[in-house]
Amino acid sequence: MSILVVAEHDNNAVDPSTLKTLAAAQKIGGDIEVLVAGKGCSTVAENVAKADGVKKVMLADNEAYEHQLAENISELVADLGKNYSHILAPATTTGKNFMPRVAALLDVAQVSDIISVESDDTFKRPIYAGNAIATVQSEDNIKVITVRATAFDAVAAEGGSGDVESIDSVFNNDKSEFVGEQLAESERPDLTAAEIVISGGRGMQNGDNFHMLEDIADKLGAAVGASRAAVDAGFVPNDMQVGQTGKIVAPQLYVAVGISGAIQHLAGMKDSKVIVAINKDEEAPIFQVADYGLVADLFDVLPELKEKLKNTFEDSLPASI
Amino acid sequence: MKILVAVKRVIDYNVKVRVKPDQSDVDLANVKMALNPFCEIAVEEAVRLKEAGTADEVVVVSIGPKAVQEQLRTALALGADRAIQVETDDMPDSLSAAKILKGVVEKEGPDMVILGKQSIDSDNNQTGQMLGALTGMPQGTFASKVEVGDGFVNVTREIDGGLQTVKLNLPAIVTTDLRLNEPRYASLPNIMKAKRKPLETTSPDELGVEVKRTIKLLKVETPAERSAGVKVADVDELVDKLKNEAKVL
Ligand SMILES: Cc1cc2nc3c(=O)[nH]c(=O)nc-3n(C[C@H](O)[C@H](O)[C@H](O)COP(=O)(O)OP(=O)(O)OC[C@H]3O[C@@H](n4cnc5c(N)ncnc54)[C@H](O)[C@@H]3O)c2cc1C
Ligand SMILES: Nc1ncnc2c1ncn2[C@@H]1O[C@H](COP(=O)(O)O)[C@@H](O)[C@H]1O
Repeated sequence: MSILVVAEHDNNAVDPSTLKTLAAAQKIGGDIEVLVAGKGCSTVAENVAKADGVKKVMLADNEAYEHQLAENISELVADLGKNYSHILAPATTTGKNFMPRVAALLDVAQVSDIISVESDDTFKRPIYAGNAIATVQSEDNIKVITVRATAFDAVAAEGGSGDVESIDSVFNNDKSEFVGEQLAESERPDLTAAEIVISGGRGMQNGDNFHMLEDIADKLGAAVGASRAAVDAGFVPNDMQVGQTGKIVAPQLYVAVGISGAIQHLAGMKDSKVIVAINKDEEAPIFQVADYGLVADLFDVLPELKEKLKNTFEDSLPASI
Repeated sequence: MKILVAVKRVIDYNVKVRVKPDQSDVDLANVKMALNPFCEIAVEEAVRLKEAGTADEVVVVSIGPKAVQEQLRTALALGADRAIQVETDDMPDSLSAAKILKGVVEKEGPDMVILGKQSIDSDNNQTGQMLGALTGMPQGTFASKVEVGDGFVNVTREIDGGLQTVKLNLPAIVTTDLRLNEPRYASLPNIMKAKRKPLETTSPDELGVEVKRTIKLLKVETPAERSAGVKVADVDELVDKLKNEAKVL
């Protein structure tokens, strides 16, 4: 068996989801090779080659791959991938974008968003917004799989010694082109990788009030998330949405503030280790999954919480504060 | 310009599914069914393009048993001009759906195909991209904005880090994200009118497509349920519990 893992990166650094996808590949077993496609991304390739269990890294460094356009990446992956038994990529918006094209080019089905590897052809994956878990078996000769990163523990980033090999096949289509992007800039940890996530919902009332969550997040080194209602209402940008159709998170601590707990929201956070809910409606469904529930007005709770956490963390702060 | 919209019949998004006692699948008997929410957004977008004068015909297609005609009628009531049902015994998997849609694309020759980004039952998120590969069309997935130009479309996409815009030559594929638009409700007169709009039925055979399934469903389980924990009285107790009991602070 030989497995091709397509690395997720931004041309500078490898995304943590890649190390988790490598963990899924190790569970399948067999030789693991990685494709790093991008532009000016040789550092990424060198770093991925050091990850535990990586035998070889293929570096496709070309303008055509700079923005991960699905039309180009899928042709490259399908071309290389026909020699492997499995092709894996993280189920990020990048992986979700190009992998089904790869599957169709190879005339095989795709298994999306796996959360466990049962054997080399059998996997578990959530369906119906995580309200059911399906065990599926793929009979295709090449298994095209996207991996839910939160379900796997990352392999060690150091210690391996794979070779890096440049490949120069270029697939550059003339039907799609990159125009631009607006990336959210944040000093806070990435939502999907943070140990603590504090999310706000419609109950926050407006975008300004999210500062109350940000203040607390900064004290705890946490990321800030949101429900779809908060995103829809324009309080915060889309990349903060947690849920079935947003980001999947599984931090040590998830704090839901002014979020009712719709199944679509729960789908994105119910695997968190500890869940706290702050909501003024004691009947809110979020309390059914919360380890600790506080029935109260968030506008009373948040300032007090900030104050109390300040006391908690005072030791570590400079005396002047 | 002609727009083809693929719509799928799925469980209503408000329903919490139950797994059958024998764990063979989820239980869909007597469960409320609806248009997949992302497909509703897809229909709305196409209809808006028609209302804006950009498109002149909106054709909706759904693959599945006769019951999918119900969702096609809903799409017609929302403003689509005509409908095609591709009759299959069961819901096809995404690859077969994409192959069937390719057959429809070849017949209809649309300038744009709009699909949902994901079915809320399988949560696959595959069909639009697969159709792209099979037809050679470029794709703008997870769209939150669609702007049609002369011979091209600019699609703003919701990606993990924020937003990305791509320019695609027509014909192109667009898959919808939630913020693309807010679908209208079908009015009673439009529901009545939809009953008289044309709905044609065809089959994978007629389209020259072989439907197969290479992924076997072995088992369906209920996920580990979280049980409700405790209610705390105030912020002090909350901070105390998080520090001393859960040890996450
Ligand atoms: C196809 C589809 C996909 C979806 N995907 C997602 C998804 O990925 N993620 C997602 O989150 N949603 C998703 N949704 C939407 C989901 O169904 C809910 O509508 C949404 O999660 C509700 O957000 P909310 O809890 O913030 O708002 P609401 O349900 O309106 O809840 C607001 C809560 O705030 C509380 N509140 C108000 N004021 C205060 C106060 N002062 N103090 C304390 N509490 C207060 C209220 O008691 C209430 O419980 C999806 C829906 C569809 C149809
Ligand atoms: N049986 C079907 N009939 C019509 N359209 C479908 C069907 N299955 C999938 N689609 C389309 O493909 C989109 C994505 O579905 P999926 O890949 O299953 O998540 C849906 O939102 C529909 O637009």
